[in-house]
Amino acid sequence: MLKIENLHARVAGKEILKGLSLEAKSGEVHAIMGPNGAGKSTLGNVLAGRPGYEVTQGTVTFDGNNLLEMEPEVRAAAGLFLAFQYPVEIPGVNNTYFLRAALNAQRKARGAEELDSMQFLKLVRERVKEMGMTPDLLNRAVNEGFSGGEKKRNEVFQMAVLEPRLAILDETDSGLDIDALKQVAEGVNRLRSPERSFLVITHYQRLLDYIVPDFVHVLADGCIVESGDATLAKELEAHGYAWVRDRTPAEAQA
Amino acid sequence: MATQPGEVQAALSRRYGAGFVTDIESHSLPPGLGEDTIRALSAIKEEPEWMTEWRLAAYRRWLKMTPPNWAHLKLGAIDFQAISYYSAPKNKPKSLAEVDPKLLETYDKLGVPLHERAKLAGVAVDAVFDSVSVANTARDQLAKVGVIFCSMSEAIREHGDLVRQYLGTVVPQGDNFFAALNSAVFSDGSFVFIPKGVRCPMELSTYFRINAGHTGQFERTLIIAEEASTVSYLEGCTAPMRDENQLHAAVVELVALEKANIKYSTVQNWYPGDENGKGGIYNFVTKRGECRGDDSRITWTQVETGSAITWKYPSCVLRGDRSVGEFHSVALTNNYQQADTGTKMIHIGRDTKSKIVSKGISAGRSQNSYRGLVKVEKGALNARNHTRCDSILIGKKCGSHTFPYMEVKNPTAIVEHEATTSKISDDQLFYCRSRGIGEEDAVSMIVDGFCKQVFRELPMEFAVEAKKLLEVSLEGAIG
Repeated sequence: MLKIENLHARVAGKEILKGLSLEAKSGEVHAIMGPNGAGKSTLGNVLAGRPGYEVTQGTVTFDGNNLLEMEPEVRAAAGLFLAFQYPVEIPGVNNTYFLRAALNAQRKARGAEELDSMQFLKLVRERVKEMGMTPDLLNRAVNEGFSGGEKKRNEVFQMAVLEPRLAILDETDSGLDIDALKQVAEGVNRLRSPERSFLVITHYQRLLDYIVPDFVHVLADGCIVESGDATLAKELEAHGYAWVRDRTPAEAQA
Repeated sequence: MATQPGEVQAALSRRYGAGFVTDIESHSLPPGLGEDTIRALSAIKEEPEWMTEWRLAAYRRWLKMTPPNWAHLKLGAIDFQAISYYSAPKNKPKSLAEVDPKLLETYDKLGVPLHERAKLAGVAVDAVFDSVSVANTARDQLAKVGVIFCSMSEAIREHGDLVRQYLGTVVPQGDNFFAALNSAVFSDGSFVFIPKGVRCPMELSTYFRINAGHTGQFERTLIIAEEASTVSYLEGCTAPMRDENQLHAAVVELVALEKANIKYSTVQNWYPGDENGKGGIYNFVTKRGECRGDDSRITWTQVETGSAITWKYPSCVLRGDRSVGEFHSVALTNNYQQADTGTKMIHIGRDTKSKIVSKGISAGRSQNSYRGLVKVEKGALNARNHTRCDSILIGKKCGSHTFPYMEVKNPTAIVEHEATTSKISDDQLFYCRSRGIGEEDAVSMIVDGFCKQVFRELPMEFAVEAKKLLEVSLEGAIG
């Protein structure tokens, strides 16, 4: 589904990704771990097409299509979703209205019929229930006045409504207490399916106790330096990131 | 919903959708202004002698005045002799059935509900085409409760005593240059009278349209709400696309007596000129309401997206004790448009309150200024004002300015002013786009959210129209 080869990317003139390669197939959950400044969030932003993130080398294909050539909204319509590390407030814009506009824009781009208000309301109410969220969320403005935890849950809620094929969670666990973390993880697990893939970007192992990944990749200094299964995350937790660096010298950069 | 938003949307679709010209025979006075012109105008309108004299007095004052130059506007000299001061469709209708079908078609294109459906929808419409009022719906229904809603010309003929009692008492002839000009040459407009204790049973609405070339439109509106009465009034404006600038200099006067409540909403979509700043309407308007009685309330709500130049400060004179004035405004400028708009709140009575909410949106190379005065007179014990001014910039070449003035002569007053200026952030745009919403839709969504506080004040069907209007006006604003 997603194939990244030798990806180099710059932000504000500084090279952050330095030859990153990764392949994710349908139904797989990949965790991307790594120390601060390794390039984890840059990867998420490059994949979603954030302006200011300049790809200098390498390729990314999504279902065989060149992802890097697509506008952000085209990527979204193609089924890519980024749960933001810092969700953005849009004052005065109703959450339900926003989501409906988003879903219908995507459906329109895919040639599917748009949902009318009744159909859409039914859908979001179901999702709100499934996610165990308070319905008043629907009537509030997008992220305006939300607590940190509410913002993160709202991201997962949006994902549940938009039903992307590839979801990138950018440190969705950061700033969450344990109850909120469990809720978010449950929300993600409910969406796991053979047709859907996840890139779970996280700094800590604890999220992976709840979202058990198929693969774990360690990102350091703009490259993936080690890959393994879920047990790799446990080892990291025990030994710290320095352990990976010591174990894998320069050959990973090749 | 009262009007069919589908039709409104169709009328406003693409760029400036109201920019068509109706091919209709009209009767115009030749360009030029002098005492003869005024006498001729007054004669055409079969006005009583006092009216003619009133006009001439205003004209003589105007001759001694000079155009204001304090506004933050770039404006060439206007040749007042090159303008025709009267243009009217030739066949004067006596009833709706006689209205020229082409005219009806025009209003249809604009989405004005003129026929029975207007009554069904609960909107009474007075439509002013160039200089005369051509149709006025739902009049019978209003007459039953004693409400008078007619053209100003008719009011002068039929309700002369009322007009004479109130005309010019809120905006005096010599108030300012454009008000003096209007007093001399106003051609038509709307007149509303709500008798004591009556809650007007429907929204009243006027559509103004400038059709003929080289004409100015000088309408005069007077709304009188007697003791404990309530009325909500909306005006909408359009004009064809023309290369030359056309002048619109209106005067609106509102009088609220004891416990009366007037809500006046405007959706202004005059032709703003093309993307290079050629053509467009000069909109120089004096709007003022007086809360003459105790416990009265006047609310101005305006959505301004049109005109090449807007110069407009709907104001409230809070004379009655405990009277309340409100001003809610959205002003959007794009391309080369210039707007200098705001309000004046004059606190005279005790325990008077005023509230100002202004939202300015600037795009393209436009300049958008908020100018507001809060004045608390000596005797205005416990006056309260809260002003909130927010502006948003789209792109790098536009400007946004805030000029708040406060004159407080009573120490018990509390006057608050908050102002913010922001840009549509790249983060907000990217957030919307990452969810699948295209850039232009994202911008109008963010702007719409920004204006929500004001749109809430508009009657529902007009809020839909206003929102649509912003979208159209913002087309091509980014990139």
